[in-house]
Amino acid sequence: MSASDSPVLPAHHFDDLEQQHAAAQLGMWVFLITEIMFFGGLFAAYTVYRSSYPEAFAAGSRRLDIGLGAFNTAVLIASSLTMALAVHAAQLGRRRALILFLILTMLFGAVFLGVKAVEYSHKWHEHLVPGHGFRFEGPHARQAELYFSLYFAMTSVHALHMVIGLGILTVMILLARRGRFSPEHYSPIEVSGLYWHFVDIVWIFLFPLLYLIERHR
Amino acid sequence: MSQNHNHVVPLSVYFSIFGALMALTAVTVWVSFHDFGVMNIVIAMSIAVLKGTLVVLYFMHVRYASRLIWVVVSAGLVWLIILLALTMSDYLTRFADY
Repeated sequence: MSASDSPVLPAHHFDDLEQQHAAAQLGMWVFLITEIMFFGGLFAAYTVYRSSYPEAFAAGSRRLDIGLGAFNTAVLIASSLTMALAVHAAQLGRRRALILFLILTMLFGAVFLGVKAVEYSHKWHEHLVPGHGFRFEGPHARQAELYFSLYFAMTSVHALHMVIGLGILTVMILLARRGRFSPEHYSPIEVSGLYWHFVDIVWIFLFPLLYLIERHR
Repeated sequence: MSQNHNHVVPLSVYFSIFGALMALTAVTVWVSFHDFGVMNIVIAMSIAVLKGTLVVLYFMHVRYASRLIWVVVSAGLVWLIILLALTMSDYLTRFADY
């Protein structure tokens, strides 16, 4: 505990820790706004093509595994809970609980990516990957290919964010093990949490838009 | 709310939000298997917006954050709405035979 016994000092360009913490939070939020605009472009493209080809999007959506999609949604929500609990533990200076919850968050994230890999593999074997191998029965094959292009673009960029999130959490666990965090200084944990929750929110929108189109037919 | 960065949210809040998010996920899957006409997409998006709002306010602590954070988050949402609304105002009115 030697590291947390010594007083935590702010970086020299800040007046105090309070200001440093506020700046870290603000910086992460500004970054997340750029991320909203990044994913926003994909969501806009999706909206344009879905409004143009509603039947093809419904036909494509029915080829996705709703069970795996719903399971992954639950897994990501659980990972957000453990991430929130990690921040809570950091605020109270509970180092063991902090590390435990960060590891749990990473486990949930890894399960999500594993399920996603299984889904991609299914789509590959069902010839649903856009390109020369794409095969789709029915009158909307070309438009369904567009749906799957958006499906792979949006979910793969989301998965890339998950992989980066796992990298960030790995660094946080290593820093936490060295006792770098305390109730006075836990901004890196909180800011990592903001990123993780944001990636969760993107999936909260991707799930109904990609998996749940006109399932009643 | 207090500007104190050490605002500790009670654990019961986190578990309640988690329960609400899981329940809303079940509702949105259930709704998708029933025919509500054009309301299907409206319900699905309303539930997604509600879930996202719960995550932002409680898991991301915006409910307890400074006014500056509120302004930045709101500005991001307004810009997203501009992106989607202006794009669709074009595409939904562009072709005569729509």
